[in-house]
Amino acid sequence: MQGLKKASGIALFLATILILIIGFQKAMVAPVDAQQGEVYRIFYYHVPSAISALCFPYINLIGALGYLYFRRKDEIKAAAWDALALAGAEITTVYCTIGLVTGSLWGRVAWGIWWTWDERLTTFLLLWLLYVSYLLLRRFSPPGQTSTLASVLSVFAAVDVPIVYYSIRWFRTQHPSPVFGGGDGAGLDKSMYPAFLWNLAGWFLWGCIMIGFRLISARRERLAELQEAI
Amino acid sequence: MNYLRTVWLHLEKELRLEFRSRDALMGMLFFTLLIVVVFSLAFDPTSQPTLARQIAGGLLWVGLLFASTTALNQSWSREMRNGVLDAQRMSPSPPSALFLGKALANFLFVTIVEVILAPIFFIFFNLHILGQSSMLLALLPLGTWAIVVNGTFFAALGLRARSRELLLPLILFPIALPALLAMISAATGILTGETEPQSGLRILGIYDTVYTTVSLLLFETILSAE
Repeated sequence: MQGLKKASGIALFLATILILIIGFQKAMVAPVDAQQGEVYRIFYYHVPSAISALCFPYINLIGALGYLYFRRKDEIKAAAWDALALAGAEITTVYCTIGLVTGSLWGRVAWGIWWTWDERLTTFLLLWLLYVSYLLLRRFSPPGQTSTLASVLSVFAAVDVPIVYYSIRWFRTQHPSPVFGGGDGAGLDKSMYPAFLWNLAGWFLWGCIMIGFRLISARRERLAELQEAI
Repeated sequence: MNYLRTVWLHLEKELRLEFRSRDALMGMLFFTLLIVVVFSLAFDPTSQPTLARQIAGGLLWVGLLFASTTALNQSWSREMRNGVLDAQRMSPSPPSALFLGKALANFLFVTIVEVILAPIFFIFFNLHILGQSSMLLALLPLGTWAIVVNGTFFAALGLRARSRELLLPLILFPIALPALLAMISAATGILTGETEPQSGLRILGIYDTVYTTVSLLLFETILSAE
């Protein structure tokens, strides 16, 4: 059983690397954008990491809820759920950072400025701030209470994300309107789809694998802490 | 009924303690006043009335947010010193009643600070309200509650943390940003009369309802966190 798990993990890892290589090749041969030229190719890295960064907070929330549920019942299971929450928060922060950095690099070329307080950018920055504050809380909180306090904050953060998202939509904009599920002029040119979808799948899977690795190491740390406490 | 009575007892205790020393009130009043003065010096609003109207809402809220953070940290450390939290954990009364009483007391203190400082603020910034001034009566309580309910909760959450004075703003500000945005947009709408404050007030209402519920549900978890 353990061997099978390991083998499928390695297979998934190799498949992801292969998908990323195909994605890179497709992104580099995709037709040049008529308005922006070669620089638009950052799109194939910016958008997949941003979309993934919006999915991973839910992994953090699931881990936190699992921890709160098992907290009093089964310490070992609770520790595993807490490790999942930690892994989710860390990978969210990493993907958010990539999204922010690639976005401002692209913005510098396309709009002429690094940053603007547009709704999409602001929500994304707030997402980043929320999960950095989550990681800081884990660092500052007293030993033994870290998991509980962090899980509670994780619930608050998960509630905050939709409020931020909608509140800013109603108020104030430079970021392009949503490409997917948007109104007029939304959607990609057909020629861009293969490169985009390969990269989206590749980077999303890469994030999941990183969460898996982090989950294993964080769970070992938690279990060692538990053993020490006993 | 019993629950409301417990809340009232907690609130009464808070008020009595505060009016004996008046530490939190005096501290917040002077701190907010200082922030108003510092901002006035930094931006020179009297010579630019339009600019003053546009930024005044934001400045007032930032001042109040800073002042409440300093006071909120103090409000729980007193309970730690006197062992109230351990007593609360052993008593059969619901922990959320303690939280609600504390939050209501803090809400009253911040409101008193607002009522005293608002006229001074208007004089210093040479403000004239161009929009619907009656909306301020809805905005002030909603905005204050948004700061206070989360502030009280996170002050309790970070109570036993090392460097807890630093931790509270680090957690509270990211969580409070949507409320801050809604407050500023509504306040600017009222002061300039150019935009409608209703959408900001609606978001504040949603924010307050959601976070009051989440805080009440989760307070027991952080009180008994081991």
